[in-house]
Amino acid sequence: MNPPHKDFFGELRDALKKSLPFNRIAKLTVPLTCKKARKQVNREKALGEEVAMRSGKIARSKSTRSVARSGTSVARRSPKATRKLEKETIRLTVNGEPHGLKIGKKPNETDPSHTLAYTLRETLGLTGTKVSCDNGACGCCTVLMDGKAVLSCMTLTIECDGKNVTTVEGLNDPKTQKLDPLQQAFIDHTAFQCGFCTPGIIMSAKALLQENPSPAEEDVKEALSGNFCRCISHYQVVKAVLAASRGGR
Amino acid sequence: MTDTYRYIGKATPRKDAMDIVTGGARFLNDIKMLNMLYGKVLRSPHPHAIIKRIDKSKAEKLEGVEAVLTWEDVPDWRAGTPRYTRILDHKVRYVGDAVALVAATSAEIARQALRLIDVEYEVLPAVFEMEEALKPGAPQLYDELPGNVVISGTPSFGPKSLKEVVMGDVEKGFQEADVITEGTFGYENIPNPLPPEVPGAIALWEEPNKVTLWVSNQASYMDKVVLFHAMGRKVEVRTIGGPCGGSYGSKYMSWQVQCYAALLSRATGKPVKFTFTKEEHLAAFTMRIASRMKARVGIKKDGTVTAVSGTWLIDTGHYSMTTQAQVAVGCGEVQIAVRCGNWDLKPVIVCTNRNASGIVRGFGGQELKCTLIPLLSLAMEKLNIDPFDFLKKNFVKPGDGYFWRDGIWYTYRGVDYTKAMEKGAERFGWKEKWKGWLKPAAVDGTKRRGIGVGVHGNADIGEDASEANVRLNPDGTALLFSCVTEHGTGQRSNLVKMVAEVLQLPMDSVSVTPSDSLINPYEMGPAGSRGTYAIGSAAIAAAEDAKRKLFELVAPLLQAEPSELETTDGIVFVKGHPEKKIPWKAMSFDRTITGYGRFEPDYTLTNCMITFVEVEVDTESGKVTLQRVVNATDVGQVIDPQGLEGQLNGCLGSGGIDSALFEETILDRSDGHILNANMIDYKWRTFSELPPIGNVVFETPFPSHRFHAVGVGEIATSPGPVAVLMAVSNAIGVWLHEYPVTPERVLKALGKVRPRSRKGSAA
Repeated sequence: MNPPHKDFFGELRDALKKSLPFNRIAKLTVPLTCKKARKQVNREKALGEEVAMRSGKIARSKSTRSVARSGTSVARRSPKATRKLEKETIRLTVNGEPHGLKIGKKPNETDPSHTLAYTLRETLGLTGTKVSCDNGACGCCTVLMDGKAVLSCMTLTIECDGKNVTTVEGLNDPKTQKLDPLQQAFIDHTAFQCGFCTPGIIMSAKALLQENPSPAEEDVKEALSGNFCRCISHYQVVKAVLAASRGGR
Repeated sequence: MTDTYRYIGKATPRKDAMDIVTGGARFLNDIKMLNMLYGKVLRSPHPHAIIKRIDKSKAEKLEGVEAVLTWEDVPDWRAGTPRYTRILDHKVRYVGDAVALVAATSAEIARQALRLIDVEYEVLPAVFEMEEALKPGAPQLYDELPGNVVISGTPSFGPKSLKEVVMGDVEKGFQEADVITEGTFGYENIPNPLPPEVPGAIALWEEPNKVTLWVSNQASYMDKVVLFHAMGRKVEVRTIGGPCGGSYGSKYMSWQVQCYAALLSRATGKPVKFTFTKEEHLAAFTMRIASRMKARVGIKKDGTVTAVSGTWLIDTGHYSMTTQAQVAVGCGEVQIAVRCGNWDLKPVIVCTNRNASGIVRGFGGQELKCTLIPLLSLAMEKLNIDPFDFLKKNFVKPGDGYFWRDGIWYTYRGVDYTKAMEKGAERFGWKEKWKGWLKPAAVDGTKRRGIGVGVHGNADIGEDASEANVRLNPDGTALLFSCVTEHGTGQRSNLVKMVAEVLQLPMDSVSVTPSDSLINPYEMGPAGSRGTYAIGSAAIAAAEDAKRKLFELVAPLLQAEPSELETTDGIVFVKGHPEKKIPWKAMSFDRTITGYGRFEPDYTLTNCMITFVEVEVDTESGKVTLQRVVNATDVGQVIDPQGLEGQLNGCLGSGGIDSALFEETILDRSDGHILNANMIDYKWRTFSELPPIGNVVFETPFPSHRFHAVGVGEIATSPGPVAVLMAVSNAIGVWLHEYPVTPERVLKALGKVRPRSRKGSAA
C-alpha cells in the first residue's frame, strides 16, 4: 500500500483512539450530561449519513461514524482512497497462515467497510474472536496485530495489509497443539464464568505478557482495564495472568 | 466433610474450559447455516403511537431482501402475563417497539431495507411516570389494562399466587412499636444486567407447524414452553440451547427475538438468524423493574419489627411477562429478611411507555428491599440500633415461616445463618468500624469512610420441578440427560460432578447431553439458585436409579443381593469383598441402562447472603469509591469452590452493588428515549477499579440434599446496593436515598450544589 493510504488510515486510527474510553475510571466520576451526549450522537449520525452520501462507498454505519469523527478532510479523501483500494488485495497473516483478500463489493470479497472482526469471523470462520458492543468499548474482540492488542471491531480490514494477526485460535503451539501457559492458567483458575469475554481478555493478557513477562498485579489490571466482564471473573483472571507470568511459573 | 468425597468440594476444571480458552465454544452468533438469512427490526421512534400506514414495497424490491413483515402479515402471537402483548401490533408503546421485521441475505442489506420502509404514525401522548400513569385520564397503553394497572398474580404459581403481604394486625403492631417511621423510597435507576453476548436466536420453520430454534438462553427448555404458548399453542417447538454468553436472569425470556426469527423463517422457508445490536440490547431488551415504596414501619427498642404497611409501586415498562412472579417472590423474600407478624404491603404493577422490565438476579426481592431497608434504617437510627444486629435478628430462623410465591405458608427447616453472619462481621471488622448511624467510620481530610450492611435470602433454591435421565453404557461411561444450558455458573460441570460422585466414575467418563428440548426431559433451568438443590437432586436421583437398575441386573452374576453391591470406575463389586467383581460390560454390549430422576418443589429452605461494604466519599468531588466488600453465606457443602467464588464475586456486576454506585439506564422523560444505550455511556466496573472482596463460606449440612448442599449464586447481587446507600449516608452524615450515589447527588446532600431537577434520572 502506498504512503497516502497509510496516512489516511493512520489519521482514522488516531481519531478513533482519541474517542476511545481508555480511562473509564475518570468517566465514572463525571455526571453524565445526557442531553449533550445525545446531541453529539445525533450530530455524528447526521454527519455520517452526509459523508456516506457523498462518498457513495461507505456502507457500514460504523465506518461513517468513524469518518465523521475524524473530520471532513478525511471524508473528502475517502472516495478516492476507497476506489484505489478496490483494485487491491489485502495480504495478511492470521495465526501464521497467509491470506489474500480481494477488496470489492461482491460476495466473498472484502468490502472496504468490513472490520477486522467481521473478516476474521465471517470470511475466515475464526469465530473465537467475539463481538459484543461492536463499538470499541468492551474489548471482547481484542486480537494481536504485530504483537499489540487491538480492537478488531474498530479496525478496518483494509488497514491490515502486511499485518500479522493472532487470534485466540492461534495461541496453541502450532506443532504440538499444546495450550499456551496463559490458557492453561485460565483453566486451572476457572478464570471465566460465561466465557464470552474470555478470548478478548486472554488476548489482552497475552499482549501484556509479551511486553512485560513479569507484570505486577496493578499492571495486569491496567492492561485489562478495557475488557468488559459482567460475571465478575476479574479476580480469578488476575490470579491466572499472574500465575502465567514469569514470576508465577 | 470434604475429604469423604471424591469430587464434591474439590477444584476440578470446568468441562467446557478447553472450549472457552481456545475460542472453540460455539455461541449463537458463531453458528452459520446453509442459505441462512439475517433478520433486523424496524423500531419505533415514538414512545406511544398508532401505526396508520406502512409502505414496505420499496424495501421488498431491494435485492437480497426475502421478507418484510408488519403487524398485518403475522399471526396473532402474544405473550405477557396475561397474554396481551402482540408480537407485532398496530400500536407502538415505547421508543424501540417493533414495527416491522426484515429478512435478507446479509445483515447489511436487511439494515438498508429498514430505511426503505415508510411508516405513518399517529403520535399519542405517552406516560413515563408510575404515579402519572395511575391518574384518571392518563394515556392508556392497553385496552386490556384499564388504568395501566397490570393484573396481579401469575398462573404458573397456582391459584393462590402471592400478590401481597397481608397478615396479623398492623394497627396493633404500630401500637406496640417504640418508633414509627414513614416515607417514600425508590430504586428506580433501572440498571441493565447487560450480558456481553447480545440477545439472539436462529429459527428454522418446517411447514405446516413445526419450528426449531437455536437459542442462547439461560433455560432452553422453558423457551420451548414459553414459545408454545406465545405461538397460540398450535406450533410444535423444539429449542436447542448452547453456551449462553451471560444472562443474570435477563435471557431467561427471549420470546420476542425468538418469535421474530420464527416468523421470518416461516415467511421465507430458510433459517433466519437474529442478533440484536448492543444499542437494541440496552434500549429494547429487558432490564430491572423500577421499585418505589410508600410505607410505614414500627419497631421496638430491641429491634423487633412490629408492623409494616404501605404500597409498593412497580414500574414494569410497556409490558409484563414475569413482573407478577417477581412481585410474588419479592413478597416472600421480604418476609425471610424481615421477621414481622403484622403486614399490610400492597404491590401495584404499572405499565409505562418505556422499554420493558424483566428478570434480573434478585428477582423482586432485591428491588423491594432496596426500598424497605432505607425506611427501616430511619427507625433504627432513632433507637440507635446497629443494622447488623437488626438484620441478624430478623432473618428467618428454623421454625419461623413465610408465605411463599404460591400463597402457601411454609415453615423454614434449614440451617440458622447467625454463625455465618457473625463470621462475616468479624472478617469485615464491623464492631470496630461501626460508630453509629450517620457517623463516619473514619475521616481523613476531605475523605470520609462509611460502612453499611445488607442481607438477602430466597426460598427458590428448591423452586419448581426438574427432571433428568442418566444412561449407563457397557463401556463404563455415563450420559446425563438434562436440559441445562451453561450460562456461567459451571452448572453443567457441577451436575456431571454430582453424577460422577454417585456412580464413582472418573469425571471424564460422564458427559451431559446438549440442552435440546427434543431429547431431554422437563427442566425449569438454572434460576433462583436452584441449580444445586433442585436440578442437582434430579440428576442425583437419576444416577441413583440407574445404579439401582444396574445392581439388580448384575446381582445374580455375583451371587449377591443388589443391596450388597457397590461400583467404582465401571466395576461392580460386593461390599467388603472387592475380589467379587464384574465390569459394567457384563450388562451386555447391546444394552444400556437408564435411570430417571425428578425433583419436586420444596419451599421450606432458603439460602442467605449478608454483604458488608466500606466506601470512601470524597466530599470535594462527591465521588464514592467502594473500598471493600465482605460476603458471608452458608451453602451446606461446597460443590465447586472456584465456581462458588466466581458467583460470590458477581455481587458487583449485573445490576448488583454497582447499581447503587454508578449504574443506571437514563430515560429522557420528555420523549421516552434512552440516552445511554451504549457501553461507553452506560457505566460499568473495570479491572482497574476492583475493591478487595472477602467471601466467608460456611458448610453446615442441609440434610435433604444428597451432598447436603444448597445454591447461592443468584442472590450475590442483592444485599449490596442498600448497604452502599447506608455506607455513604454514614460517611457523610446525611441520609442519601436515591440510587445510584452519583457525585452530583452526594454534593447535593452535602449542600455543595444547588438541587436541580434531573430530567434524565429515573426518579
